Amino acid sequence: MLDKTKDPVAERDFKVVGTRPVRPDGVDKVTGRARFGADISAPGMLVGKVKRSPHAHAKLVSIDTEKALALPGVKAVVTRDDFAENKKQCDVLRNIMAREKVLYDGHAVAAVAATSATVARKALKLIEVEYDVLPHVIDVDEAMKPGAPLLHDDMITKGVDPEPETASNIAQRYEFGHGDVEKGFAEADVVVERDFKTAAAHQGYIEPHACLASFTPDGQGELWCCTQGHYAIRGFCADLLGMDISKLRVTASEIGGGFGGKTTVFLEPLALALSRKTGRPVKMVMSREEVFRASGPTASTSSRVKVGATKDGKITAGEAEFRYQGGAFKGSPVQFGAMCAFACYALENVKTVGYDVVTNRPKQAAYRAPGAPMAAFAVESVIEELAVELSIDPVELRLINAAEEGDQSSFGPTFPRIGLVETLEATKAHEHFSAPLGPNQGRGIASGYWFNFGGATSVSLNIQPDGTVALAVGTPDIGGSRASMSLMAAEELGIAYEKVKAIVADTASLGYNEVSHGSRVTFASGLATIEAARNAKKILCARAAKMWEIPEEAVEWVDGHARPAGANAGDFEPMSLADIAKVAEQTGGPISGHQEHNASGAGASFATHMVDVEVDPETGRAHVVRYTAVQDAGKAIHPSYVEGQFQGGAAQGVGWALNEEYIYNDDGRLENPGFLDYRIPVCSDLPMLDTVIVEVPNPGHPYGVRGVGETGIVPPMAAIANAVSAAAGVRMTELPMSPPKLLKAINAKKANGSA
Amino acid sequence: MVKVVLWGSVRAAAGGAETVEVEAKNVRQILDRIGELHPGFKDRYDEGVTVSIDGQIYVDDWFQPVTEDSEVYLLPYLEGG
Repeated sequence: MLDKTKDPVAERDFKVVGTRPVRPDGVDKVTGRARFGADISAPGMLVGKVKRSPHAHAKLVSIDTEKALALPGVKAVVTRDDFAENKKQCDVLRNIMAREKVLYDGHAVAAVAATSATVARKALKLIEVEYDVLPHVIDVDEAMKPGAPLLHDDMITKGVDPEPETASNIAQRYEFGHGDVEKGFAEADVVVERDFKTAAAHQGYIEPHACLASFTPDGQGELWCCTQGHYAIRGFCADLLGMDISKLRVTASEIGGGFGGKTTVFLEPLALALSRKTGRPVKMVMSREEVFRASGPTASTSSRVKVGATKDGKITAGEAEFRYQGGAFKGSPVQFGAMCAFACYALENVKTVGYDVVTNRPKQAAYRAPGAPMAAFAVESVIEELAVELSIDPVELRLINAAEEGDQSSFGPTFPRIGLVETLEATKAHEHFSAPLGPNQGRGIASGYWFNFGGATSVSLNIQPDGTVALAVGTPDIGGSRASMSLMAAEELGIAYEKVKAIVADTASLGYNEVSHGSRVTFASGLATIEAARNAKKILCARAAKMWEIPEEAVEWVDGHARPAGANAGDFEPMSLADIAKVAEQTGGPISGHQEHNASGAGASFATHMVDVEVDPETGRAHVVRYTAVQDAGKAIHPSYVEGQFQGGAAQGVGWALNEEYIYNDDGRLENPGFLDYRIPVCSDLPMLDTVIVEVPNPGHPYGVRGVGETGIVPPMAAIANAVSAAAGVRMTELPMSPPKLLKAINAKKANGSA
Repeated sequence: MVKVVLWGSVRAAAGGAETVEVEAKNVRQILDRIGELHPGFKDRYDEGVTVSIDGQIYVDDWFQPVTEDSEVYLLPYLEGG
């Protein structure tokens, strides 16, 4: 347990932070009043639709739009010719609209704006596209082979010495590590080495991409869209359309899930280009099929992991090679996978190599802790196997080797204060750990790590005349952050949570805000909110000082009141925030607090998950029967939403582990672009997902906050694979562990008489 | 002199050097000095660089101070989901 006497952050007694009030956006969401991307409309609005490639790989010979433009009701068509070359956003440009080649099934080749969806759909059929079909490649290992169909003639692998002379599908090689792994393996009593594969999984947000764009004849643009970062969307769009950033105002709608997938542009530049061409607002909404075919899933991967240990469980070396395909353009998250793979362990000898590979699939987009879950699946599976071979409890084996403050991380720097050991101890202490298992059931455990980030943040906090507070943040609320921000503002100001109303402001209202990604919002926007409140308190104290005619420094803010700092300051009745706000105009004008910063001090987060799975040996179905997610939150500002993040990561991990995968046919066409055939978990697939919040305060935040949004998806696949393997008696090394695959493995074991 | 450890893809951009020692009082001075030593490095850090100082990670934060005793790692630009 945490020793509070040694930790000044943990000593603080919170009054509002740590409570569980109803979220401010809750009523709108449960009554259907909340406005998501597709709910925004404008007078005279046109409907935009996208024509997409049916081919996985082809030269784009010609596009004839004449017949489509002649159709009554069609107002404009845009193609590659409507977007200027852009070296800075070269890949983004080619992803939103194909230029020389189409690179995947679903790649956009044209977009149309028409008076109705029916007319727009007819127009798409009238656009004539001539393709010169090329050989394609879908699998990461196939794409790396010499002679594989080449996506980009100029792709020379970076990070290799000497530089290759010929192009390949390998964009870059990465290497991390320290020590001497060969020496480490020589010292080992047991070495386990395995190959692994994981399928591409989509973020699976329920709300498809949607936006409404409006462009005026004098070059001013407005955009409403569902996004995790409207400032970033503004930047991409302004750049691609060749306009000043200040002339484009972007408002983020409510968002029905993002998980990293809504951090870039797909439809938005097309809608703006169509609006600019027609002079009318244009609304575009993706179908579910388009979401699957053309927006980013995460990478599919293959890997090899080797870990050696002594008889007493000390890991002597860890080595891994990771190969991630990130779709048609460079930028798979392989280097994050390679950095995070062994981050849970204090190793003297560690080496990881990563290859960023392109294939004829949609360009991958970030997905919660990008790259880390696939690496953790492989490494934590090997750790479990090592525990079995050494006859050491898997939690004990992890505790023997767990990274702690002062240890050199596998990705280089020395760890500051971290909470992995605390999550392992909490796992061991949980009743689930020793609960009996039923027939055909197995238990799996795995740990995981994610960095967590800060970044550019701008917040404005306005004290209203009646003493309530309007808080404007620029980070879209993807996990209950308006409630968390309100809690932190209320805590700092010493007022009730209900007195604070937080909104997500548009891009014209605040300075630049980095995307809601990297588990950064509660940390970075929270830090800015606290600082903004502190700045407002200084002004509140100054106003009280003016009224009392004493120096500003003789006034302090305590429990929501300005009061004389000591007996020498004078004897005045404390003034509440509402008392001072009421006379703000007479004492100098409106009172606000602001904060603009590049937030530093983010605290890394570790999690340990424990899961029981029952396997049906007749059908190969694996069913999760019990799940406990333990994670270090630093400080849980709103515990319910922290638990929600843990549960969300676990639920998505169950899908990734057991069912989710992109299935392509021989022509490179996606065969399961819908929720009937791409199977995300539903309620009946999940037990109650129990959670344990561990709080090891982050010294970089005044309340101790660490990000919690991403780490929860790092351990599940490994934990579930370990449970399935224990239940089935056969080591599973490929995701998803779908019934046909698991049944095949069980039957092969029966036939061979061994695993 | 501040000892700077180059990691992963950053190392490749700096001619394969594992460590460099530079006169610097903050992150920007570190990046400038390495850029002078390895011209190819400038393109890399224009794309964004993450710096770890005594275990604390800073993304694109030029004026974070460093001393001769600081543990400094240059890491790839980090972004999340």
